[in-house]
Amino acid sequence: MKARVHVSLKTGVLDPQGKAIGNALASLGFTGIGEVRQGKLIEIEIEGSDKAAAQAKVEKMCQELLANPVIENYTIELE
Amino acid sequence: MKAAVIIFPGSNRERDVCTALKRASGKDPAIVWHGDTELPAADLIVLPGGFAYGDYLRCGAMAAHSPIMREVKARAAKGTPVLGICNGFQVLTEAGMLPGALLANRTLSFVCRDVYLRVETSQTMFTCGYETGQAIRVPVAHGEGNYTADPATLDRLEGEGRVAFRYCSAEGELTDEGNFNGSARSIAGILNETRTVLGMMPHPENVTDPLLGGTDGQGLFDGIVSALQ
Repeated sequence: MKARVHVSLKTGVLDPQGKAIGNALASLGFTGIGEVRQGKLIEIEIEGSDKAAAQAKVEKMCQELLANPVIENYTIELE
Repeated sequence: MKAAVIIFPGSNRERDVCTALKRASGKDPAIVWHGDTELPAADLIVLPGGFAYGDYLRCGAMAAHSPIMREVKARAAKGTPVLGICNGFQVLTEAGMLPGALLANRTLSFVCRDVYLRVETSQTMFTCGYETGQAIRVPVAHGEGNYTADPATLDRLEGEGRVAFRYCSAEGELTDEGNFNGSARSIAGILNETRTVLGMMPHPENVTDPLLGGTDGQGLFDGIVSALQ
């Protein structure tokens, strides 16, 4: 089973990288772009087929290491 | 005063801080590897600057979970003072020993130059070598030093006198230009609840020798030594 963890900066937390990407897109001529936010995607292979157990395990990983709750949100996808 | 300096893979300012500590205390600090699980007896623990674990995931995130940090936390809980400089500050926030987090500088650039700091309180074992309100010139060298915390945490830090240093102008005024990295409320260094853990982004250890351009950092190390003797 594969877990995909999306980590993104919380709303309101300054994202200078997202801002720089937005500026670069505008300078390339792309129009109609609102705010750009940059995040991370972490893929983890999980052994076994128990989805609930995997969800709980990845949740714990997020809380302990993968995301910093002070500045980041995360979502978990299992497939 | 005997210090222990923790080295993580990627630390690079340990020699600088050891030199500053030796100059102030007359004793060579013990060097402790991050993979160790035991700390020697120490009056002060220092987490030096650098790029521990290559700043993977988030600055300080990996180092915060390295084996020695369990012991560092245990000693800190018993009252042993801990000083985290630059990457060391990032490690302390990631380890939950100080509140808030350090984001990318607002300009997105790595800034390596001298800046001015205002000493916000001399009522700590780390800052007792300075006067409250004194402006000192100290170098910074970081890409992620933009301090952030929620407004309630910032209010608490200010209300409890736990802001140790703020970025300022040469005259000690809080200006937008002086706050080069965009830190919330110009914060450059903070203390924990018991005022025994200090994290700061600038490098006082690099201005303790006139040959290297200044001695404004000496007060921090002299202050620590006098407070611990």
